[in-house]
Amino acid sequence: MPSVMLRRSESGRLLFYVAKKDLEATVETVEKDSDEEWGGEVVLEDGSSWYIDPISPPPSFPTTLKFKRA
Amino acid sequence: MATMTNEKTEALIQEVLEVYPEKAKQDRVKHLMVNDQDPDKSKKCMTSNRKSLPGVMTVRGCAYAGSKGVVWGPVKDMIHISHGPVGCGQYSRAGRRNYYIGMTGVNAFGTINFTSDFQEKDIVFGGDKKLDKLIDEVHGLFPLMKGSTVQSECPVGLIGDDISAVAKKKAKEYGKVVVPVRCEGFRGVSQSLGHHIANDAIRDWVLGARDDDDSFESTPYDVAITGDYNIGGDAWSSRTLLEEMGLRVVAQWSGDGTLSEMELTPKVKLNLLHCYRSMNYISRHMEEKYGIPWLEYNFFGPTKIAESLRKIASFFDDKIKQGAERVIEKYQAEYEAVIAKYRPRLEGKKVMLYVGGLRPRHVIGAYEDLGMEVVGTGYEFGHNDDYERTTQDMGKATLIYDDVTGYEFEEFVKKIKPDLIGSGIKEKYIFQKMGIPFRQMHSWDYSGPYHGYDGFAIFARDMDMTLNNPCWNKIVAPWKKGVEEDEAIAENA
Repeated sequence: MPSVMLRRSESGRLLFYVAKKDLEATVETVEKDSDEEWGGEVVLEDGSSWYIDPISPPPSFPTTLKFKRA
Repeated sequence: MATMTNEKTEALIQEVLEVYPEKAKQDRVKHLMVNDQDPDKSKKCMTSNRKSLPGVMTVRGCAYAGSKGVVWGPVKDMIHISHGPVGCGQYSRAGRRNYYIGMTGVNAFGTINFTSDFQEKDIVFGGDKKLDKLIDEVHGLFPLMKGSTVQSECPVGLIGDDISAVAKKKAKEYGKVVVPVRCEGFRGVSQSLGHHIANDAIRDWVLGARDDDDSFESTPYDVAITGDYNIGGDAWSSRTLLEEMGLRVVAQWSGDGTLSEMELTPKVKLNLLHCYRSMNYISRHMEEKYGIPWLEYNFFGPTKIAESLRKIASFFDDKIKQGAERVIEKYQAEYEAVIAKYRPRLEGKKVMLYVGGLRPRHVIGAYEDLGMEVVGTGYEFGHNDDYERTTQDMGKATLIYDDVTGYEFEEFVKKIKPDLIGSGIKEKYIFQKMGIPFRQMHSWDYSGPYHGYDGFAIFARDMDMTLNNPCWNKIVAPWKKGVEEDEAIAENA
């Protein structure tokens, strides 16, 4: 379960950063992204997908969350 | 040499790797690549931040170098104790040329080497008592210092000393910060982990110091320069530009920086990050904890400076935006004169770089402003995110190398035949003896600053003075030259 730091990039898209893996990638899709909850399966631009139990209410970015490999 | 194509560069890599044993070859091939700006292709083809192969020559440093040498060392009003044997501190003392203002030995300590000078008995019985005594001495001798850090060298980790306990005890006793930094050299694969450890130490021991204190009067235009180590005065020539456009620079991290500046950084509005590799960790932390956005900028060469100034200004109101335009306009005549003078002398020359941190990609713009082309670049200790940022700056079919070995670098140079090489001191004399102009790009070959418009003038002058130095025609001994000419004449006859 790596710690992932999520932040908005300059273009407003969500950036997914795992310090231990030197992974910095843009988030392509998020399974649940509404005003009530945020989370589920997260797919990155490189095709890898990660999972987090949906958080309610949605977190404010930037933040650090624990993700699982999906 | 003729223009490179993807296939040619690829073939070059294969040719150079030919001499390695099969296993080493498989490993090294992952660290070399042909640049392709197509984002789909450039992704994930570079392996970086891996342990160097035993038996090859690498120019990497260690975690201690990353922490004491890079991040903590330039903080001028603190005493950085090299805790362990004397050599690590002594042989790296003052070599990086991070300039500072202050009276050395009174209120600034940048160029002094403080060490606990481990002996056999310290290894056998532990060095904590010595450290305790040393901190006492330091407080007695230098009352104006604002705090100290304990930079561990390898033996401290190996014998398992508890420097954190000593640091806590002494900090309480004297009421001044004592930061234990567990940056033993054997940690990680290069100095890069040392940067991370140092960033984490700042986060844990320094940054929160003024969280409950609002006495600092902030303005809407407060910024901090992070990741600028003031090599040859770099941070100063950057700072003037920012101040001229109306911003207030609260802190410099860490070139010519102080402990108090670092403690005040959480109060700023924007972190300006120059060296991404060594300070992105703390910038990300501040963004998360204090909500301070951060921005990577590049102050090498007028094109990139103008781009960066506008990007920085976009975070502020119209006053700053106008300020940025005013600054660009003010220096226009100056940098155009520099380009007019040096571009004809440097046009079309090819450069190969192999440095650390930010330079393999940041200086490309400055070379391009002078009409030069970067045909190969690489990082000593870059990570994937660095390489991703590099592909767009580099031309098509150029060579990119990670943690290049001494052998590979020499072979690449022999084949690509660049007109200038920019790398470190360990490479300098090899290439100069091969008859290739060389600039030492870690500490600007004892020159500088290179940042900002003022720095660009110096950069251009230095490149010209190296490249067009008449000594390069004198590499071949006169009698040998004569033979060649005679042979040529004979052939033509």
